[in-house]
Amino acid sequence: MGITKEEVEYIARLARLEFDETEKEAFTHQLDKILEYVDKINELDTSHVQPSSHVIPLENVLREDNVKESLPRDLVLANAPKKERGYFKVPKVIE
Amino acid sequence: MELCEYTCWQLHDMLKRKEVSSREITESVIKRIEEVDERTNCYITKTFDVALQKSHQVDDKIRRGEEIHPLSGIPIAIKDNICTEGVRTTCGSRILLNFIPPYDATVVKRLKEKGAVFIGKTNMDEFAMGSSTETSYFGITRNPWNLETVPGGSSGGSAAAVAADQTILALGSDTGGSIRQPASMCGVIGLKPTYGRISRFGLIAYASSLDQIGPITKDVRDCTLLLNAISGYDEQDSTSVNREVPDYTKSLVEDLKGIKIGIPTEYFGKGLDKEVEEGVLDGVKLLCSLGAEAEETHLPHTDYAIASYYLIATSEASSNLARYDGVGYGYRGAEEDLIDMYKHTRSSGFGAEVKRRIMLGTYSLSSGYYDAYYLKALKVRTLIKQDFEEAFKKFDCLITPTSPTPAFYIGEKIDDPLTMYLQDIYTISTNLAGIPGISIPCGFSHDGLPIGLQILGPIFGEEKLLQIAYTFEQNTDYHQQKPKI
Repeated sequence: MGITKEEVEYIARLARLEFDETEKEAFTHQLDKILEYVDKINELDTSHVQPSSHVIPLENVLREDNVKESLPRDLVLANAPKKERGYFKVPKVIE
Repeated sequence: MELCEYTCWQLHDMLKRKEVSSREITESVIKRIEEVDERTNCYITKTFDVALQKSHQVDDKIRRGEEIHPLSGIPIAIKDNICTEGVRTTCGSRILLNFIPPYDATVVKRLKEKGAVFIGKTNMDEFAMGSSTETSYFGITRNPWNLETVPGGSSGGSAAAVAADQTILALGSDTGGSIRQPASMCGVIGLKPTYGRISRFGLIAYASSLDQIGPITKDVRDCTLLLNAISGYDEQDSTSVNREVPDYTKSLVEDLKGIKIGIPTEYFGKGLDKEVEEGVLDGVKLLCSLGAEAEETHLPHTDYAIASYYLIATSEASSNLARYDGVGYGYRGAEEDLIDMYKHTRSSGFGAEVKRRIMLGTYSLSSGYYDAYYLKALKVRTLIKQDFEEAFKKFDCLITPTSPTPAFYIGEKIDDPLTMYLQDIYTISTNLAGIPGISIPCGFSHDGLPIGLQILGPIFGEEKLLQIAYTFEQNTDYHQQKPKI
């Protein structure tokens, strides 16, 4: 399965990344090589194998729904690139 | 001998006997960092003021005659993907250039309670994605054994700092070998614990089902002390396992009677450096002469591990790294509208390797490819895990090389991502299977670069690994050799 430059552009859009032409060429070539390599997993017959998203047996962890102390707003906002009146500030979203 | 050259347990004894103060130890480490870090570049952020302040507190405690924890007053370096309250945590990335966490990771909290002295934050491959510490926004870390070579990665700053006596202890994180491989290349001890042994709360996520924090130390005894201090359930990490933590120092016994070692032949094939192979097999011979028995065995799906890993890890990464949008924290790029802001932030905030992995992960999760790549990789992961389960029915541990070669040259592999990925061939399966693994020094190449031997055990089998590693160490002196820098 080869990857095309158009697919790279499509994936970049999904991932909210953008590349110039040279980068696109390089990524297409590199991803193509990597995909060619990882494709080898399709040699294996896994029709009777269960997928493992985790390897340690895990169960849902439940707790009482109690109000606890949270981080102070000032401290959390301290890292924000832009803020205004106690809110994160972003470019206008709604026309 | 300078104080920075001692191990944690030696310094603890000296502190208790009041032969030295924590301030003297801390000053010795600071002096060493000031002497050599210009050349090694192990640290992204140094926290000397905080460190000296903490050392005074510990000295006061000793003066008052209070009991101190084995880590009290001992300098420790923290990999820069582990959050430290009020101290910049960058993950080696431009996108977190100015990020100051408002909270401590659970491991950091536990170490603070025990009086450890935080000396600085160490360099790493950006977002822990790399095997050479060459992808950091903050420059390359150099291997103290040969400054022209890489220290391994991604915890290269931590491993090189321990090797060069620029700290006494260090924390790293391991997603596909990122503790063990740099430990091997720098001639120190690195342990990746069982998945869930240590809380990941406050560890900046790369691939959540594979990431695990662990110790990087000068010897096995120090490794047990650090492991004791950071292990255990944490309600803030629902994947940490609620299981009693043994006293790992009880594993420090020289005894290999009845220990059965498996040698997986798949780990000794094409691509393995001759000197590494000899070093590891000589190590096995030594263990056998001390009472263990070794036999060849097989992990038949080894050949598919790298492919499975790079699909799973990048898929998880593409999802985990979606949070870097320039809104709540970190770097923000030029903004015309919202989508543009995301794109500019992420395109100039992330480096090439991170973007490559986000792209690969996004691709393998995308509609039409999910079954063939991501889901398939998860199934292969099951097969790899079953290989280990089979092997551990018969063997107490498996011994392999940690890395196929000693440290390679800076720039040698950085332009060829796939070749770099293949570096992780012996460490990656461990993360896929969730099992523990330790790398210990077992020799040197003809040009004086350290060689690492890896011991793998079953889930929560840390105690036996440490016992085998300790016995090996008691009968060798590789761990005592120091780079001349």
